[in-house]
Amino acid sequence: MKFSEQWLREWVNPDINTEELVSQITMAGLEVDGVEFVAGEFSGVVVGEVVSTEKHPDADKLSVCQVRAGGETFQVVCGAPNVREGLKVPFAQIGAVLPGNFKIKKAKLRGVESQGMLCAEAELGMSDSSDGLMELPWSAATGQDFREYMNLDDRIIDVDLTPNRSDCLSIAGLAREVGVLNKCLVEAPKVNEVESTITDTFCINIDAPEACPRYMGRIIRNVNVQAETPLWMKEKLRRSGLRSIDPVVDVTNFILLEFGQPMHAFDLDSLTGSLNVRMANDKEKITLLDGQDIELLSNTLVIADEVRALAIAGVMGGEHSSVKESTTNIFLECAFFDPITIAGKARSYGMHTDSSHRFERGVDYKLQGNMIERATELLLNITGGEVGPISEKTSKEHLPSRELVELRYLRVESLLGLKVDKIEIEEILTRLGLRIDKLTKEGWLINVPSYRFDISIEADLIEEIGRIYGYNNLPVTTPFGNLTLKPHDEAVTPIADIQNHLVTLGFQEAITYSFVDPALQKKIDPDNDGIALANPISADLSVMRTSLWTGLLKALVHNQNRQQERIRLFESGLRFISKGDEIEQTPMLSGVVSGARYPENWTNNGKDSLDFYDVKADLESLFARLGGDFEFKSGNLPALHPGQTAEIVKNGKIIGHLGALHPEIHKSLNLNGSVYLFELCLNEIVTGKVPRCKEFSKFPEVRRDLAIIVKQAINYSDVKSAIIEKAGDYLIDLKVFDVYQGQGVEPGMKSLAIGATWQHVERTLNEDEIAQTFNDIIDVLKDRFGAILRS
Amino acid sequence: MENLDQLVKQALGAVEEAQTVQELDQVRVDFLGKKGQITQQLKTLGKLTAEERPKAGALINKAKEQVQAVIVEKKQGLEQLQLNAKLEAEAVDVTLPGRGQDLGGLHPVTRTMQRIEQFFSQTGYSVEVGPEIEDDYHNFEALNIPGHHPARAMHDTFYFNANTLLRTHTSPVQVRTMAKGKPPFRMICPGRVYRCDSDQTHTPMFHQVEGLLVEENVSFADLKSTIEEFLRVFFEKDLKVRFRPSYFPFTEPSAEVDIEWGKDDEGNIKWLEVMGCGMVHPKVFESSGIDPEKYNGFAFGLGVERLAMLRYGVNDLRLFFENDLRFLNQFKQS
Repeated sequence: MKFSEQWLREWVNPDINTEELVSQITMAGLEVDGVEFVAGEFSGVVVGEVVSTEKHPDADKLSVCQVRAGGETFQVVCGAPNVREGLKVPFAQIGAVLPGNFKIKKAKLRGVESQGMLCAEAELGMSDSSDGLMELPWSAATGQDFREYMNLDDRIIDVDLTPNRSDCLSIAGLAREVGVLNKCLVEAPKVNEVESTITDTFCINIDAPEACPRYMGRIIRNVNVQAETPLWMKEKLRRSGLRSIDPVVDVTNFILLEFGQPMHAFDLDSLTGSLNVRMANDKEKITLLDGQDIELLSNTLVIADEVRALAIAGVMGGEHSSVKESTTNIFLECAFFDPITIAGKARSYGMHTDSSHRFERGVDYKLQGNMIERATELLLNITGGEVGPISEKTSKEHLPSRELVELRYLRVESLLGLKVDKIEIEEILTRLGLRIDKLTKEGWLINVPSYRFDISIEADLIEEIGRIYGYNNLPVTTPFGNLTLKPHDEAVTPIADIQNHLVTLGFQEAITYSFVDPALQKKIDPDNDGIALANPISADLSVMRTSLWTGLLKALVHNQNRQQERIRLFESGLRFISKGDEIEQTPMLSGVVSGARYPENWTNNGKDSLDFYDVKADLESLFARLGGDFEFKSGNLPALHPGQTAEIVKNGKIIGHLGALHPEIHKSLNLNGSVYLFELCLNEIVTGKVPRCKEFSKFPEVRRDLAIIVKQAINYSDVKSAIIEKAGDYLIDLKVFDVYQGQGVEPGMKSLAIGATWQHVERTLNEDEIAQTFNDIIDVLKDRFGAILRS
Repeated sequence: MENLDQLVKQALGAVEEAQTVQELDQVRVDFLGKKGQITQQLKTLGKLTAEERPKAGALINKAKEQVQAVIVEKKQGLEQLQLNAKLEAEAVDVTLPGRGQDLGGLHPVTRTMQRIEQFFSQTGYSVEVGPEIEDDYHNFEALNIPGHHPARAMHDTFYFNANTLLRTHTSPVQVRTMAKGKPPFRMICPGRVYRCDSDQTHTPMFHQVEGLLVEENVSFADLKSTIEEFLRVFFEKDLKVRFRPSYFPFTEPSAEVDIEWGKDDEGNIKWLEVMGCGMVHPKVFESSGIDPEKYNGFAFGLGVERLAMLRYGVNDLRLFFENDLRFLNQFKQS
């Protein structure tokens, strides 16, 4: 909310400067977002009176004016369309300096001398744009300094109020707060009852008293809506960020700013029958003041007559019954609408108004009687008119109840950590308008005023005490508790260690959005429909990821498009898969790798291209650290190359995949070089075993190598299992040290060279037993795989 | 025996001429070996009288020793030369770069979260996680934000349907943790959160660390010290910290925390909002089955990106999620 400092100081004027005021209210919880001057920096501008105008001899759009100021008359050439005889305007004399250090000098415009400039609001930094000269009332004293006349040495303070402090959404509320903080008196303008001069009333019915506990209104006839709103009111509105529209709207806006009471005025002659405050009929239509057509929902409170909905209660009036230039008779509304009824309604129609902002947070429900009087008085002063008596419909049982709230002395200390004197507590409460109803054994029973919607429990009162005492004056102590530290499960590798391991293997961590492009995801994971957001930020961020690959591939494309050649990215985070009514949110660890095996250097020329086994080695390195038995089996996944896909199995369960990106996806993304991907279920890989030390053998190892030729399709893992089966208890290591296809090996076949190592814990193995075992191995390989022993 | 001097002279000459360790060894064999010329001189001793023998023997041995010593000395010299040559041949250009894998790096957001976790783990907080697709109850209702509460407008929520949404803060994890355990609690919850907002200063996804402490005797004063200590440790300097009354539906009293961050043109302290906090609202305790008369608690929420930007001088929030390597590569060192 924006307000004028001067206006506030009319109500309460503590002896502090602007900076102190700003800091004080910020530290009281009314955060100031910004402070600006109400006008630009300028000097040498006075109130000028245009005594005559004539057309410029050489320019159609210019006028040559005689302007009086300070007993002298000056000739000024002016291009504004609204310049006319008798007008009073801000007049920048020779020597004036306008905002932007624009100096006014004697000048000739198309051959005619001009001794100064007549100004528009925008030229004085008082608005962003204006369509003509600023028109001053006739009462303005010709020749008076314009800044002085307008009281422009004022600032606009923009305060960002939290939703609980609706009581401060007005000058009255802010003044009350400033008064409390400075222990100073607040002077509110006196509200006078306006005696009715006519007896006309308009019938009000309330169908929904729970939503509208109080509705007041009165007829005012023969108002002159063409009358000019006084400058002081226009300026107060302007400094609060509102434009002057007509006296009726201006007065209701003024009351909204001054006391926080939103009001509305209907054109009486467009109303039919009686008024009814009711819930909208489903799909009932209304055209609002701003011209938009709305189809109402049945949860929306409206003000209606016997024909149509006239206004969305507490949000915005309708076009049909709005006050127009032709209006002479009005019906002035001042109501209290239930905050919960109003809450969210404006938003649900894509709107937000000053009125809805206040009603949904809570308007003082005791204010309406006074406000309709004040509005009437202000309005009559401008527009004249005959006033009818106030009609009121109030349903007391539906007005907010203010239960007494107990405050216990010891709780204050327990929550704030500070012992505050009882007298000081009472003093703070009283200043805040929180009346002590009675003393109790442990403290007080407190009466909460009608303007505070944020105080209903003890903690709320304690916050008020802390707030006024000053959070920064509260003590600082160290929490002291009985800490029982939880044991750390050593078998489980922390995620941070996994991340660091991958970092050491050359992977850079990425963080991609959890919502992705559905089209890309469909290519990567056609089997799962991503869960769709109802209100995505954009179409390419509209479904939840079912695999981290979608985001990582996007990051890969981004980087390849920016001349990055070696890209090794990993990410950890949830993937989201819908299983019937359930949503599985599974933490995954995924990676994408492309580019050369090693960074380009002086021995490899950057040419050694990466393959499946490089990435597999990275995973094997990680798995070695994590512990547990991981197996790689050939598998299938739509995103991956069918001939280069491994499913990773732990304890009989598939816990992830590794493979080359499917060539078709590769092509559709316009990627360069081969791309490998892995994705692992984090929770399935982190648990290994705590190491257990075993005795190791001191006897010599025996190694035997063999080379066999088998069909290409035979997996090493099967060969390996067969060897292990026959190799006996003392096999300690088995490795494949060469895989060969090419000259000397028939097409479709491959040569495997395998080294097996044995060692006994208690003795040296003898040649015969190794030879026997070795023969058994060869037999089983011949038998099972048709292996041919290479010589 | 005149011969002996001659032989020694010959031997010394041969040693002198030897160019390699092998040649030198040949000289040793030729003169001092079993059949070497000087060794052979011992055989002539038999022809001498018993009186002459010891003296002649001593002379031969002395000659042998003399030659041996020269050979040893020469050998050391030759070996040194050989070593020098080998070393010279084996010299590498140490200024050429090493070979192998580059180092990767952690994302600055992860790095920041790890620093935060480290601080709180040291003071006994456990790290908890929770779902990111949440229900209305845990994200709002249980946190004292009922359906029509204006505070809902503070959270631009991504919805799947009326009841299912992307969590707008990590606070639901408080609720879940309290519901499944018994006080006291000390926990933090780091994680992704989502708001339907995207511009220069907002990304639709960002990270928060929620903290919660529930004990029998804990007050706002304890909260203040926890936050002040954390900020001091995180930024590694004695920052001015201030607590400003604010509003969160799930804490009462509530505060926003500002830190001193430079000065403006007029020399006034520039305050920067870094986190929100407060004492757990009794209604939150009630929805978690904790007796608010017995326990007090405080909670706080940190914006991770905000802290990362301040700590590492990142000036554009959106960089965090573009995953551009030219950005990410700057955070390798740890």
